[in-house]
Amino acid sequence: MKLSFLLNGRPTEVDCEAQETLAEVLRARLDLTGTKVSCEVQVCGACTVLVDGLPVSACTLLAYEVRDRSVLTVEGLARPDGSLHPIQQAFIDEFAFQCGFCTPGMIMATKALLDDNPKPTDDEIIHFMDGNICRCTGYVPIVRAIKRAAAQIQQEKGK
Amino acid sequence: MSAEKKRDFQIVNHSVPRRDGPAKVTGKAVYVSDVKLPAMAYAKVLRSPYAHAKIVSIDSAKAAARPGVYAVLTSNDLTGLNLYYGHAVKDHPLIAVDKVRYAGEPVAAVVAQDERTAFEALEFIDVKYDELKAVLTPKEALDKGAALLHERTFEAGALRGFEGEVAAGRGSNICQESHLKWGDVEAAFARAAAVVEGEYYFPMAYAYAMEPYVAIAEVSDNGVTIYSSAQHPFMVRHDLTTVFKLPVSQIRLIVPFVGGGYGSKSYTKIEPLVAACAWKAQRPVKLQLSVEEAMLTTRSDDALTWMRTAVDAHGKIIARQARIYMNTGAYAENSPLVCEKATNRTVGPYSIPNVQIDTYSVYTNTVPASSYRGFGCAQVTMAGESQIDELATKIGKDPYEFRLANVAKPGEEFFPKMRPFDGTLKQDLEIAAKALDWQQTPPKGHGKSIGCSTSDAGAYPLTSTVIRVHADSSVSILTGSTELGQGSHTVIPQIVAEELGVPFEKVRVVASDTAITPYDRSTGASRTTTLMGRAVLEASREAIEQMVRMAAELLKIKTDAIEVVRGGVRCGEARLTWSEIISRYYGLPDGEVIGRAYIRKAGDFSKPPVFWETACTGVEISVDEETGLIRVEKLATVGDVGLAINPALAEGQDIGAATMGMGVGLFEELVYEGPQLVNGSILDYRVPRFSDMPRQVEMHLVENQDGVGPYGAKGGGEASLNSMPSNIANALYNATGVRIRRVPLTPEKVWRALKERQ
Ligand code: FES
Ligand code: FES
Repeated sequence: MKLSFLLNGRPTEVDCEAQETLAEVLRARLDLTGTKVSCEVQVCGACTVLVDGLPVSACTLLAYEVRDRSVLTVEGLARPDGSLHPIQQAFIDEFAFQCGFCTPGMIMATKALLDDNPKPTDDEIIHFMDGNICRCTGYVPIVRAIKRAAAQIQQEKGK
Repeated sequence: MSAEKKRDFQIVNHSVPRRDGPAKVTGKAVYVSDVKLPAMAYAKVLRSPYAHAKIVSIDSAKAAARPGVYAVLTSNDLTGLNLYYGHAVKDHPLIAVDKVRYAGEPVAAVVAQDERTAFEALEFIDVKYDELKAVLTPKEALDKGAALLHERTFEAGALRGFEGEVAAGRGSNICQESHLKWGDVEAAFARAAAVVEGEYYFPMAYAYAMEPYVAIAEVSDNGVTIYSSAQHPFMVRHDLTTVFKLPVSQIRLIVPFVGGGYGSKSYTKIEPLVAACAWKAQRPVKLQLSVEEAMLTTRSDDALTWMRTAVDAHGKIIARQARIYMNTGAYAENSPLVCEKATNRTVGPYSIPNVQIDTYSVYTNTVPASSYRGFGCAQVTMAGESQIDELATKIGKDPYEFRLANVAKPGEEFFPKMRPFDGTLKQDLEIAAKALDWQQTPPKGHGKSIGCSTSDAGAYPLTSTVIRVHADSSVSILTGSTELGQGSHTVIPQIVAEELGVPFEKVRVVASDTAITPYDRSTGASRTTTLMGRAVLEASREAIEQMVRMAAELLKIKTDAIEVVRGGVRCGEARLTWSEIISRYYGLPDGEVIGRAYIRKAGDFSKPPVFWETACTGVEISVDEETGLIRVEKLATVGDVGLAINPALAEGQDIGAATMGMGVGLFEELVYEGPQLVNGSILDYRVPRFSDMPRQVEMHLVENQDGVGPYGAKGGGEASLNSMPSNIANALYNATGVRIRRVPLTPEKVWRALKERQ
């Protein structure tokens, strides 16, 4: 079947089968391999993308569910001029990843968090992010990165 | 090397941002899971439902006839290949031959145009089994008359990583045994002032690297090329030369970014199978395991440790004895080395005059165990550090003070014939104690503990590298070290940039392609900073020496009139940059100078271990007596790293390892019910999450430049895991007076123990 949706701001049309997940379509059909797949059962968050601004697990969402909706993946996060989004920069500045396999999902979940709650407390960060697993970092630097990104976004807004 | 004291470093010893940062935050970083080759087919694996069974017959005709299927692989049709591999013991068939030895073992593989077609074809393979009695624990496996897993005899592999023999294949289920003895243990226990004795258990753990095992193979007239998520591409290459009977030069392993390893991706895993699939199907084949399949591929050895430790009347430890049974599962993998290491690591970090350790690594019909972060050290430190606290309590001493009085001292030869101790444990412990406000009694329901460990780390020192200084002063480093996330591709260019005095941004890393990058034995055992770091340092210096000679020739002066400065040389007023030297030497603004280094078991590296990997961790926990739930409230890590080439990366390794150790201390455990793994999915296997993170974390590095690595560096990255499980058990005792000697300390276990106390 033909699937049309808005992908990272661009109208996109792709052939896919009814049983294909969004992760499969993104990775195999559209070559957007930034979205990672680990647990495949919606517990690790590695595959998090935003659908109409809300975080979803692309590993279990059937692709046709996003027809006519808007999908944002890690590839669509950088600014139009190619510079990094403040969340991406904050993850680098705070050493908030090691192997990087959880990172696209972490960054997308962070985007959803900060869009909704621009100044989250530690508790709010932990609560919101609890569905994303990282096996490398012990989470501490990720929390720092989220706070740094929040501050940076606030500052940019103030300008 | 250690004579060279801390100086004004420009690049080294700074937390420069990760080299792979931009790629990893934009989704551009390429892992093997992301690689697609032209005309690539996909494999799926049929796994045994039985833990131990004879394969009576396999009929794959129906599966092979399905549309879109290119080949079905079984042991029936692999004539021409050597089916058995293993760097320690060649006991592992790339696909089950004649019998299966654990539930989940690969029995057949289908290669098809896409994963779904391959998967759907699996159920059309008809396998008839004749079930055999399974043995699931070392105790069962060692019983008289126990079913034998391996009937054949084996030769020890040359690359097994230790000098002793291998026990496997001698007519019992013992895979390896290791014995360590000095002093007179019996006499020491006889005159001891106090003794503590007990049995401790460290569970089977799953490392859960978030990227499951994945490999792509291509077989052509040029040999075999494999893209793999392997930590040790050169060791895998060695196994493949035997499987395919090809020269080393015809096996090529390429390792792009790896999505986590923690030991679980060391040595050969699925590469022989996927290569055989590609060979049979005559096209490139990708095999991507799921997490559930990864859990059926490798786990940690669990360990049941009986241990006793004795002190004299002055509170000095005078003896330790232990008997350790490790459950290595169906195949040896790296467990013989884990067995050797566990034995050695039962002693330190204490200076003990009478020691006897006997360790047995036993085959059972369970998922094969292999390396897991810390290599046996986590297993035995759980026992050792619990017992240290128990002993301190028994003689009325503060466990922290008791440790201070007994840890190995800097320079002490606490382990006969090994490198004298190169850490400063007293200093490390003091830092941890300060971070935890040790003297302050914790609030009710809270408990504290500090623990430490040291490991004979670094694996076998065999590493080589090439650095190429280009005519514009930029540099390419060829390194066999893989980037697992530990940051080696940031640390290595930091060292080269520092030595050559060129900007960090101008140093590029070309890595982990066995056809291009020089030999590096492995990326594990926390060895990369020390060994590869030292190699690139020496290669940089060799390049500099050559450029000094070139400059002397160009300036028509003696080499000793030349002084090396940042980014070039000086002689009086004359200054030449590397770029000018190379361009003038060749007469064109192009060309290069090549620096090399070979590290082997000689010189600074002649005495094992390469270094003692040493760390302390401290925790404060809270215990909910109603539910048995433990939370780690406060965590302190102290990494004794000699010199941190990149402090942020070193701290990141420590907290990552400590978090993993916390997981095993609190809830991580693979559970078998009979022959089946019952929590073989991330839905059921609980790992630490954001909400488990301690709210207060302090990370410390101790930098005394006492290692043999570059500028006195030593490795880190594993050690902070080791003392965490025992810390949690000790802190529980501190909080409640209840002692549990089996981790993980799940709420149920704690609740029951608290109830029994009442
Ligand atoms: S891969 Fe989708 S949640 Fe884990
Ligand atoms: S950075 Fe490796 S899993 Fe998070």
